[in-house]
Amino acid sequence: MTTEKDIYYTKDIPVPETPPPGEEPAPWKRTRIIGKRVPRVDGYERVSGTAVYPSDVILPNMIHGAILRCPHPHAMVKKVDISKAEKMPGVRAVITGDSPEADLMWPYSGEVRTKLFDPHCRFEGETVAAVAADTPYQAWDAVRAIKVSYDVKKHLVDETEALTSEVSIHEGGNKVGVQTHHRGDVEKGFAAADAVVAASYRSACEIHTPIELHGCVANWDGGALTLWESTQGVYSVQSGVAEVLGMPLSKVRVIGHYMGGAFGSKLQAGKYTIIAALLARKTARPVKLFLSREETYLAVGNRPPANMTLKAGVKKDGTLTALDFTCTGASGAYPAGGTALVDWLIRDLYACPNVRTECTDVYINAGPARPFRAPGHPQASWALEQMMDALAEKIGMDPVAIRLKNVPDISQGRDRPYTTTGLRECIAKGAEAFGWETARKAAEEHNRNGGPIKRGVGMGSCVWFVGGGGPPSTVVIKLFSDGSVNLNMGASDIGTGTKTVMALVAAEELGVKPEVIQIENADTGTTQYATPSGGSKTVPTEAPTVRNAAIAVKQELLKMAARELDAEVSDLRFDADDILSSKDSSQKVNIKDLSELKKRGVVMGVGYRGPNPENKSVNPFAAQFCEVEVNTHTGEVEILRFLGTNESGRVMDRLTFDCQVLGGITMGIGFGMTEWRALDHGQTGKMLNKNWHDYKLPTALDVPMDMTSVPIEMPDPEANNTGAKGLGEPVTIPTAGAIANAVYHATGIRMTDTPINPITLNRKFAEKEG
Amino acid sequence: MKHDPKASHCQCGGKISRRGFITALGVGAAGVAASGAMTARTATAKETPMIPSGETARIDLTVNDRTHTLLVEPRWTLLHVLRESLGMTGTKAGCERGECGACTVLIDDIPRYACLTLAVEAQGRRIVTLEGLMEGEKLGPVQEAFLEEDAFQCGYCTPGQIVAAEGLLRADPNPSSETITRAMSGNLCRCGTYPHIHNAIQSAAGKRR
Repeated sequence: MTTEKDIYYTKDIPVPETPPPGEEPAPWKRTRIIGKRVPRVDGYERVSGTAVYPSDVILPNMIHGAILRCPHPHAMVKKVDISKAEKMPGVRAVITGDSPEADLMWPYSGEVRTKLFDPHCRFEGETVAAVAADTPYQAWDAVRAIKVSYDVKKHLVDETEALTSEVSIHEGGNKVGVQTHHRGDVEKGFAAADAVVAASYRSACEIHTPIELHGCVANWDGGALTLWESTQGVYSVQSGVAEVLGMPLSKVRVIGHYMGGAFGSKLQAGKYTIIAALLARKTARPVKLFLSREETYLAVGNRPPANMTLKAGVKKDGTLTALDFTCTGASGAYPAGGTALVDWLIRDLYACPNVRTECTDVYINAGPARPFRAPGHPQASWALEQMMDALAEKIGMDPVAIRLKNVPDISQGRDRPYTTTGLRECIAKGAEAFGWETARKAAEEHNRNGGPIKRGVGMGSCVWFVGGGGPPSTVVIKLFSDGSVNLNMGASDIGTGTKTVMALVAAEELGVKPEVIQIENADTGTTQYATPSGGSKTVPTEAPTVRNAAIAVKQELLKMAARELDAEVSDLRFDADDILSSKDSSQKVNIKDLSELKKRGVVMGVGYRGPNPENKSVNPFAAQFCEVEVNTHTGEVEILRFLGTNESGRVMDRLTFDCQVLGGITMGIGFGMTEWRALDHGQTGKMLNKNWHDYKLPTALDVPMDMTSVPIEMPDPEANNTGAKGLGEPVTIPTAGAIANAVYHATGIRMTDTPINPITLNRKFAEKEG
Repeated sequence: MKHDPKASHCQCGGKISRRGFITALGVGAAGVAASGAMTARTATAKETPMIPSGETARIDLTVNDRTHTLLVEPRWTLLHVLRESLGMTGTKAGCERGECGACTVLIDDIPRYACLTLAVEAQGRRIVTLEGLMEGEKLGPVQEAFLEEDAFQCGYCTPGQIVAAEGLLRADPNPSSETITRAMSGNLCRCGTYPHIHNAIQSAAGKRR
């Protein structure tokens, strides 16, 4: 191996100044790598197939698990007969609610715990029994051979019906809770308005369905458990499993180097994790247990449906005077935040002195919700963005103008300033880059010419609830004696490019090339504590921590050099891989020649995440613009193009930044147009479309290839020492509302309910004509 | 597929059941109809014993130019055999019911879902998986393009996307934008990287020329 310094070190741009210990570093003045289009550091592994995802793990002697799930939305298990299943070929273990080893409590929420295999099954897909066998085929054979007698109970799968029903899913009625917020006086606000609009909206339930199934491989070594789990947070899984199994954290090792998508549905351990561990212990064999696709539709979370009303008042000049919002949502069968954050955009996005919100969360007999990319936000955006357009039309104002009129000065939801806000820039610069006015006019011109194909242009904007990250996080960086680097962090890279961004931060601060950085992450046995990757907080949490760790390495190297050169640390600085004296440039030493480093073999720097700014709110902002064509004969909608502007502080990697934006828009298209959970409300209460054939994700044919990402780069000096804010969530919030507004612009039809598809649109055409 | 699935070397003899037989064909209605097996379905209506679980047939499977002799149950999919018997985990399992394309492999240069192909059916065919697109440790042109264009996020659908793209470019080295979109519409990407995948395929077409 060659050790030429230009392989390791970037030249010609100064290495950032190293602050003395205990002092915060200055923001980067000029970056050499951060913000460039850098392909992912683990791209090779992901495209070559060498990346070992948890579902790829194969251990010697490994067997396979499968779970029997309740086929009814509401039933009591009377009897489970495993006598036939136990004797089937290849079967090693069968566990049920009667098995002593499975007599464990599962925490569905802070307050509600049930038995792991609870006889009271409150949703289709609840766990009833599990099998381990030599092959997955044999495990499923045995699952099918288990005979269960159920006492089927009356089900409630409609949240509005559940509110008034006599049947109770849990003792004490079907209301999980009601959350309210108010400021100002909405009645006075409506009285002061020149125009008031009220409307009802509904967004359907959306299912995460990441491509890698939920599951794990579990293996015991005596009393120690190792889990290879597809997860967003190895430490979160560790603590969940340790709690349920009553084990010390140190005896539960969770590894998740790679994971194939989650979107909020893999933030914690699943029942399947516990079941895999129990099967592995019972059989004394490693057990691989990954759910079937169908199970992932039923039992591992969703974005709950939202039934919303919104009444809004506006003055002639576009000033909002009042917003009155209600929402009924559904946690599902257990408390799971069925209306969590659904009112946040109403409270925070547009300036309005008088706001009232009331959110009612309801139990229904369906799988519990889990956080889903920007929980609550796309739902509210669907209502609010359509309302803003309706208000604009009522007072004869442009949709972009009315939003710009109502950009708030502070975070109203928290009653404190934002560190930085790029909302105005996102809207204004986005409109300019998109060619908003021209496109609107051209569409209207086109539509005046008649013909069945109508064109429309719409937009929406957003804030995301958090996105500033925060403590805790610990990162360790090791610099080897040849100057190459190992970065050790607990955070998972869920596909957002976390590893790449962190390599760039370390490279930037140390002056090394990202290629020489090896990353070890997402392993509770060997890497540092991190909270799960989610909430658009991973970059603003981990990046400053990585920077701090890199600075600690540099401080240590400077101390070594000071001893070697008999100089003061404060007089020394880095120049690529040399450390030299500012007073006397002949006084210098190459890092690789530091005798202490040669002896020790490695320098280690530990970084901790510092606190967030006090009394300020750190939030990312976005706006999206789209153009659609609607065939008024068939109801087909073709999205011609999309443009997304995002203010997420500093752009860390332009390539992965853009990829997030396009991905968020694609997911938003699914939320608005193709995805909805269909429950057989009238009859069985079962889910009717628990597969990708009937539940449609957007494909390459459903999204425009003409998608543009326009970063609004505003490094945030207060948020953290890298200036970066989160990105993964704002990118998907305004999409569906923007499409609905474009469809309205094209057709004059308000699609108040998702999804917008030929069936729902044709129904509206018929209503309009009829 | 053109070949007659009945010609495969299944050692299950006469014990095959109606269900086992249909399953052994392992194809949807189209495949059954094409092979004329619909008649078989009614002819063997009387239940005969299923092939016992664990009873295997010996097959030769040619994957990435290497022939493996394997014992497989007739119901095992090519996906299962690639991943669990051969340890070739580059081919991913996303739905195991022909909906997502994560398990796409080339069979005689045509992209196929390995989850809808039985291992016994794949005998005598040229199977190429993601691993087969590498030259030693060097990425193939499609893989290289996916890396450069950031045509993935979590990376789990990526092997299937890359193999589908490889299949497209083998059939049409210079595809139009519309052709790319259509050819790739059988591969879901939940992270939503379709525009970057599209860019990568255009770039890969250039690299292959």
